Amino acid sequence: MPFIPHTEKDIKAMLAACGKQQLDDLFSEIPSHLQITELPNIDDGISEAELARLMQQIEVKDKYQLCFNGAGAYEHHIPAAVWDIASRGEFMTAYTPYQAEASQGTLQLIYEYQSMMAALMATQVSNASLYDGASALAEAVLMAARIQRKQKQHKVLLPINLNPSYRNVVQSIVGQQAVEICAVDYLPAQGTIDIEQLQQYATQEITAIAISQPNFFGQLEHVDIITNWAHENNILLIAVVNPIAMALITPPGEWGEKGADIICGEGQSLGIPLASGGPYFGFMCTKHEYIRQMPGRIIGKTTDTEGKIGYALTLQAREQHIRRAKATSNICTNQGLAVTAATIYLSLMGYEGLRRIALKSHQNMTALIKMLNEQLGLTPKFTSNYFHEIVLELPVCVKTVRNMMAKRGIEAGVDISQAYPELSNPLLICTTETKTVTDLTLYIDQLADVIHQLQMQKNQYPLEENVAC
Amino acid sequence: MSNIPSELRYVKSHEWTSMEEDGVVTVGVTEHAQSLLGDLVFVELPEVGTIVSAGDESGVVESVKAASDIYAPVSGEIIEVNENLSDSPELINSDPYGDGWIFKIQLSEVCEMDNLLTADEYQELVESEE
Repeated sequence: MPFIPHTEKDIKAMLAACGKQQLDDLFSEIPSHLQITELPNIDDGISEAELARLMQQIEVKDKYQLCFNGAGAYEHHIPAAVWDIASRGEFMTAYTPYQAEASQGTLQLIYEYQSMMAALMATQVSNASLYDGASALAEAVLMAARIQRKQKQHKVLLPINLNPSYRNVVQSIVGQQAVEICAVDYLPAQGTIDIEQLQQYATQEITAIAISQPNFFGQLEHVDIITNWAHENNILLIAVVNPIAMALITPPGEWGEKGADIICGEGQSLGIPLASGGPYFGFMCTKHEYIRQMPGRIIGKTTDTEGKIGYALTLQAREQHIRRAKATSNICTNQGLAVTAATIYLSLMGYEGLRRIALKSHQNMTALIKMLNEQLGLTPKFTSNYFHEIVLELPVCVKTVRNMMAKRGIEAGVDISQAYPELSNPLLICTTETKTVTDLTLYIDQLADVIHQLQMQKNQYPLEENVAC
Repeated sequence: MSNIPSELRYVKSHEWTSMEEDGVVTVGVTEHAQSLLGDLVFVELPEVGTIVSAGDESGVVESVKAASDIYAPVSGEIIEVNENLSDSPELINSDPYGDGWIFKIQLSEVCEMDNLLTADEYQELVESEE
């Protein structure tokens, strides 16, 4: 749809209609001392040639780093076709179009996205996406509170082994909406949720429990036991999952007897590059019975008056443009372009392709663990089953190790000591299918060397704090 | 011209009420309200046993183009809801004053019925809104 600017004639006609001489008169009610006429701290523009030169100078600083970081954002191979197709003019938009039904192609794409996500999660319904994984979880918590509206107060259990950034975002969004968040501990040896500790909540009125699979430490939770426990106690089960992992392990719709009630997570790993944290997209799925409480847009398939297939926005009465303050959410715009890429990625990979990516990622971690053990004598901190991430407690300062590894071209993992002060120099390491045996060997060799050097320094200068960390 | 039965009492938010001798008040939405909403697709019913005050939100009627709250016209306890609406919300369109009733309240303050509009007063309200 072309953008048509106003002509001088249009502007004159509009000004005349409201009795104004010039555009600035429209702002005359703003007191003059509040109007800024100059921007002294902003430099003058530069030419295209100067800009290109500047960018080239910056670009050389941006070296390729071998990436073992994860913690919620993952490096996966993205076939060139994904963004080649997503960048086509017909698809290149951040939103569901305002005149939605005029864009049948976009609606069909979202319908296909919803169908694939619901199938991957083994549940019935998906929305057209949300901002990101963290805010999707906050929306899931609010949705649970709406489903459990009979409860006098709302309490939601959030395990400490769920992504700390997600927990912060949930607290920010639901903290002002009369939803109390209770933390649940993890088992110090296994890293998974302390199911014994959950029992204290069985006698209380609890709205929902959110569990992540795999959890932030990369470990697999006992999802069947927790899901059944939740349902026996009238607690809704919110699943926060890595979509790639769902091609390999039991999807949330099949957890326990009844399956997870609300499923959400971060969609970045489905064809979206690691780009300084965004734009990513969040996904949300649920059971059919809860569809009216689900935030966001839903595209439905229908037939027109001539019997031809057509796609339409459906269940809009829940949404903010109709329901105003009582809408299911006022943050229900979606990340259209990221979802377009994810839909193309999913359709190119297929179920088998996704399964292979998940399997290879897992196998790489198994190989890395073996090498860590044999060559460095290190074993993962937690003993539960893992997907493609583990926590390692280093014998030397984790920050220094990361810095030294980075200088050698390797992002060694994520330092999670700030969120988990109880762990000793914890490094969260991830391997996706992108890593080769050569990459793993390089990582181990460099890590062994860095640790060795730091231990030597430590022995030489035992009292220097910066060495001991 | 909307059908506004004279034996019923009304509220500004377009609910109708009819009171039995035992103080049980049946509540629904008026024909005028259903015609404004259009084809109903979903009704969210209140819980039996809920204690409501006059003006409380006690349910939602959702059509293809809008979702509107249903307000309790009087105070009391919800003693029955029209379960048929879960499968057939269109009963509100086809028979708003009969099979399309929504819930029944056991009235706690009989005098509250005096606050409600008569058919003539409601007729005036509808005309003023048109």
